[in-house]
Amino acid sequence: MTVRRVMGTETEYGILAPALPGANSTVLSTQIINSYASLRNASEGRLSGTRWDYSDEAPLTDARGWELSREDADPSQLTDGGDVLGAEGVALAGGRLSENGLYTDGPLSTGVLMNMVLSNGARLYVDHAHPEYSSPEVTNPKDAVIWDKAGDAVVLAALRKVARTPGLAAINLYKNNTDNKSVSYGSHENYLMPREVPFNRITAGLIPFFVSRQVICGAGRVGRGQDGSKPGFQISQRADFFEAEVGLETTIRRPIINTRDEPHATADKYRRLHVIIGDANLSEVSTYLKLGTASLVLDLIEHGAAPVLELVQPVQALQAISHDPSLRRTVQLKDGRSLTGLELQRIYYDAAEKHCWRDGEPDADTVEILARWGGLLDVLEDDPMKAAAQVDWVAKLKLLESYRQRDSLEWNDARLGLIDLQYADVRPEKGLYHRLAARGQMERLVTDEQIAAAVSEPPHDTRAYFRGKCIDHFGREVVGASWDSVIFELPNHRRLQRIPTREPLRGTRELTGRLFDTSATAEEFIDQLLGTEPWGVAR
Amino acid sequence: MAAQEHKNTSQRADEAEVVEEVPPAPGPASDEASAATEGTDDLLDEIDGVLETNAEEFVRGFVQKGGQ
Repeated sequence: MTVRRVMGTETEYGILAPALPGANSTVLSTQIINSYASLRNASEGRLSGTRWDYSDEAPLTDARGWELSREDADPSQLTDGGDVLGAEGVALAGGRLSENGLYTDGPLSTGVLMNMVLSNGARLYVDHAHPEYSSPEVTNPKDAVIWDKAGDAVVLAALRKVARTPGLAAINLYKNNTDNKSVSYGSHENYLMPREVPFNRITAGLIPFFVSRQVICGAGRVGRGQDGSKPGFQISQRADFFEAEVGLETTIRRPIINTRDEPHATADKYRRLHVIIGDANLSEVSTYLKLGTASLVLDLIEHGAAPVLELVQPVQALQAISHDPSLRRTVQLKDGRSLTGLELQRIYYDAAEKHCWRDGEPDADTVEILARWGGLLDVLEDDPMKAAAQVDWVAKLKLLESYRQRDSLEWNDARLGLIDLQYADVRPEKGLYHRLAARGQMERLVTDEQIAAAVSEPPHDTRAYFRGKCIDHFGREVVGASWDSVIFELPNHRRLQRIPTREPLRGTRELTGRLFDTSATAEEFIDQLLGTEPWGVAR
Repeated sequence: MAAQEHKNTSQRADEAEVVEEVPPAPGPASDEASAATEGTDDLLDEIDGVLETNAEEFVRGFVQKGGQ
């Protein structure tokens, strides 16, 4: 049993131009993407906008075994078409209209860029009305932290560029999940699983885990209810926005278990579990445990070793646990037990701990996740406030309580709302998480150097290496890319060359590094790649 | 950071040993408490300087469109 598996994170950032109240957020988001593109162009001397290859996207395929018709889908679920910016948006962005009145996500020469594939293997794009960073595929939770934090560094560089650009208003970005006015936006996780695990077993094993994991990795929120109008503090940013147990939607009637069956890999071998219930974390320990513990629980489920826990009302339980920072609130199980969020987590931890050591000592990543998970549960059981250096919601609550005490503030005071919001500001000089970290009050797991390197370097041990290095070496010739393809346009070929990358653990540095080292041109690269099979890129 | 964690743990262990031998005098305990308060005051002073001006207007202006 191990925490190691192919995984990744997605972050939609909250976006605001303080000097332009009511500005179109899609336009602001395109400014972020285009500013990052211009930074890359300036440093690399070439175009880095890359069209997204939508041919393998299937947002309406349900893991429970059916497909939603396009007519029955909410418009926000149709994510498999090109990103299109309407005339209004283009005009607001100061752009020119093309003949058909629309701009698509094409390269810079056609106008406004909506999508980029980065040399670290990530995707940076405009998703609905937010800039989104989707991390490259990694194989372990520590790397997930590094490439997740690299996304924060990417958007930070982009907003700095916007601030330096004449004619553009400065943009702030927030790594949070709600505006506290009824709107939520996601931070998602993805985990690769074997296809043969029955989906109902995944659902049963995960629901009580997802309902309770906020106690170890919630980001904290001022205000209760979707619009935040009920005064108070709660553990999770997202809890109040979930309304169903299982479903295909991600923007309406949000379900605890999302059934989108879009594997982005060989479909008969793999399932990509798309997790939409999770808070965006600033704390490295929180992100690390969020990914690591979920991976362990999936391993339990795959081996038929998950604890049997059935909540009477999962959605209500999720919110009840979130609304009690003392962690004493219990929720009802169908077998008659009443357990706290911590007790549910303890049951999962005990099962994982027992299972991991069954066949001898587990790998180092697994040992570390288990030690931190169990240790954190001990601390939270003793006194939740003692976990302020590790857990976002505790760090935030401690800060809020200090302000409340010093200035005698009520929970509905706007300054507490501002502290909640500004905790997630990605700028080191303004973000309160960053201020706490700079004072040594947040525990770090990775170094600034590791994060800076991950802004441009892909992970070495997944297909993200192949994708990122194709962009890095042959940015001019790569005209499209997706999670499971890279498309080349070569001067001497009449047809585009689409290289499928359907095996997430191939296309690694070990398998393809020499190919990049020995190809001076894209032409040579493709000839070598297609001429011989042992390079390990998919098919 | 890991090193700092260890340091904190061993400091706590040292304090615990001292307590076993000599009951703590009220003086040092209140010193400790006031040091902690000073640390918090110092932190809040720093954050006062970082917070956006006009909290009410700023928070009201943070309006997002829906996402996933």
